[in-house]
Amino acid sequence: MNEHQQTLWEFMQQQADKLGMQTLQHIGLTFISLFIAVLIGLPLGIYITRKKQFSGFVLGIAGILQTIPSIALLGFMIPVLGIGAKPAIVALLLYALLPIIRNTYTGITGVDAAVKEAAIAMGMNKWQVLFKVELPLAMPVILAGIRTATVINVGVATLASYIAAGGLGEFIFGGISLNNTNMILAGAIPAALLAIIFDFLLSLVQKLNFKKIKGAVRIAPVLLILLSGLYFIPSAYGGKLTAGFTPEFMGRQDGNLGLISKYGLKIHTIVISDAVMYKAAQEKELDVISGYSTDGRLKAYNLVVLDDDKKIFPPYYAAPVVREDALRKFPELEKTLNLLSGTINDSVMTELNYKTDYLHQTPERVAKDFLVAKKLFKPERGGNEGVVRIGSKIFGEQYILVSMYTMLIKGYTNYNVATKTGLGGTKIVFDAMTNDQIDVYPEYTGTGLLAILQAPTKTVTALQVSKDSTYNYVQKEFLKRYQIKWLKPIGFNNAYALMMRQKQANELHIKTISDLKGFLEKK
Amino acid sequence: MIKVEHLVKTFGTTKAVNDISFEVNEGENMVLLGTSGCGKTTTLKMLNRLIEPDSGKIAINGENILEQPPELLRRSIGYVLQNNGLFPHYTVAENIAIVPNLLKWDKAKTQNRINELLEKLHLTKDHLTAYPNELSGGQQQRIGLARALVADPPVLLMDEPFGALDNVTRSKIHGEFKALDELKRKTIIMVTHDVQEAFELADRIALMDKGKIVQIGSPADLLFNPVNSFVSSFLKEQRLQLEFKTIKLIDIWEHLPDSGKKINTSLLSAQLDVWEALENFKFYSKENLNIINRQNKEVKSTTFDQLMAAFSQYKNQQPHE
Repeated sequence: MNEHQQTLWEFMQQQADKLGMQTLQHIGLTFISLFIAVLIGLPLGIYITRKKQFSGFVLGIAGILQTIPSIALLGFMIPVLGIGAKPAIVALLLYALLPIIRNTYTGITGVDAAVKEAAIAMGMNKWQVLFKVELPLAMPVILAGIRTATVINVGVATLASYIAAGGLGEFIFGGISLNNTNMILAGAIPAALLAIIFDFLLSLVQKLNFKKIKGAVRIAPVLLILLSGLYFIPSAYGGKLTAGFTPEFMGRQDGNLGLISKYGLKIHTIVISDAVMYKAAQEKELDVISGYSTDGRLKAYNLVVLDDDKKIFPPYYAAPVVREDALRKFPELEKTLNLLSGTINDSVMTELNYKTDYLHQTPERVAKDFLVAKKLFKPERGGNEGVVRIGSKIFGEQYILVSMYTMLIKGYTNYNVATKTGLGGTKIVFDAMTNDQIDVYPEYTGTGLLAILQAPTKTVTALQVSKDSTYNYVQKEFLKRYQIKWLKPIGFNNAYALMMRQKQANELHIKTISDLKGFLEKK
Repeated sequence: MIKVEHLVKTFGTTKAVNDISFEVNEGENMVLLGTSGCGKTTTLKMLNRLIEPDSGKIAINGENILEQPPELLRRSIGYVLQNNGLFPHYTVAENIAIVPNLLKWDKAKTQNRINELLEKLHLTKDHLTAYPNELSGGQQQRIGLARALVADPPVLLMDEPFGALDNVTRSKIHGEFKALDELKRKTIIMVTHDVQEAFELADRIALMDKGKIVQIGSPADLLFNPVNSFVSSFLKEQRLQLEFKTIKLIDIWEHLPDSGKKINTSLLSAQLDVWEALENFKFYSKENLNIINRQNKEVKSTTFDQLMAAFSQYKNQQPHE
């Protein structure tokens, strides 16, 4: 146990370097994309005031872009632009376009027709009318649009960390994965402050009297470029190989921290979401990634797991965890969930994951095929003796397990099932359980030990000897602390693993993590 | 000076301007009069190509304006709008200097010209740094006039220039307008729907209806020789006042009796109209006005009753409407 609960302030001080870097990246990302969005949106907005027949189309497209969920938009960018800053900037600028185009259009069409007519009648040409009359008079409205876009961008930029573009999202999503509230707040509070500060500053700009400060229009682009430049300050380092680790892996003792302390591994690292990491490895954007040993994409993308020769990754045996009161309420439940115990080993799980992740079969179908093959499948009874609520984290393996449990419960008991899948990281799903929102979800012993119980290093080292000792420890502690019971392990060990492309690993003769360290230190 | 031939403009299916021809002489003040939708504003805006005609010819000083670059054309034509159209983000000085800046005048020349106009239009230098919304409606309209006049264009187009002003301010500005020497040299085309205004300011009036000119002529022509019942009914409501304002003392000179005592002080000019003469009566009995005819140096003294009698005799001689 932590003897001393770290305060938010201590965390921020300890991580000051990283926090500063992330903040600079965040500001940089926000303003690079904003700058490009202004470069595109302003002329486009002006254009559709001249060609009104296109205004509906352009505003419609910009509106549709706005409604695409940010994560999905980032996902679409990967095949085209890879990972890192480029796709993040493009995604952000697409979000910023709508308010800028719309306000430019509204601002210019709102200029008093008599004033415009006077300008033309005085003998101004169309550019003089635009720059001397329309733009200055529309400026407050256009600035309001840029202000909206800035605030949107500060918010959406937190998601940039999913595709290795950095920013304050690294702390936020790392914190969610690691069940570390301080880390979440260390990312969320600065992000919120940035939004408030920029909103305030832009509100001041909006109130400026443009009649009196005509130079302001010239200063603005320079300022935008300077702020954009902040992004590049922290990323002025490189290396032989590039590693992409999930935010969760970055902050874990049995992850990057262990790699540094036990192996002394120093590698150029970027933070990236699990969803795009494998693809990025296959496309040679990344060379080393932190994956899960049963992940189906391992097989699909020809990746190879590096041997953990110093044993820093503890076992991650999967087992359902259940609220004790749920076990009392549903007496048949434990027996039913345990039907799956011992039926799935590592290679079976990798195969099942491969079917969903790569062959794109639905988790339900994969689950049913498996149960039928194992002769465990029974048709639904349509029972109504209460509803078991099953949760899951947001990745394929959990969906498959949840589908299997759903079918087993409906086939073997008279209970009905409600599923709450896709509950983000460990923190979200575990909080849902302690707050009595779900009854069951599949968890891994290693996660329970490190992320939830946050066991001290000494205990972890002692337990790493065997899978049973870890299981016994978490079972005991969960019952005592949370009144949650670990049922029998399902069989497979979905541990953390470092992996590389098979071809590259062979060429470089890297088989173990120690080999990797050796290669990196070779000059 | 300005020659318009067979001008046509169609919006959708309505012929806003339907085959109009007229000429305006140099220094003349031509008023396009008519109700809303009669095509008068469309006609005006075709003269500086704010609206491009479908067909027809417009020549200013013999040059076809439809072949000139519109921006350059407009810089040589003053334009005054009903709602003044001053730039709200420019100071008064900047507003007046728009055309000089387009013409790339040097600063001193612009400044001198602005000062000159300020004086003529009864504005002070304090106004120069103000923004249009800080000024009264009448002041704004004067700035609009200054802006149109600053580059001394030979032609001035005015689109209901006094339409947004209250009656008191309007009649004051009418007075200033007539007195302004800058305007006496200019060829002016003005649009209005206000009959009084047209009669007060026009040398000639073109009365328009449904895209056509119904009658074009001097105010007296329209009043006493209307071509049809549309013209007479258009003027009917304000007929008496219009007549007082149209007929000058010199017109009724032969009907004025020469009686009463001639005082050589405070003589009225025979060039004044009857309305102005009436305003000089203080309305006590036996009062006489002394009028001088500068052509033959003759002075006549007349009472109110005698003036009215001369007026009606003159009218009876006019051909019947």
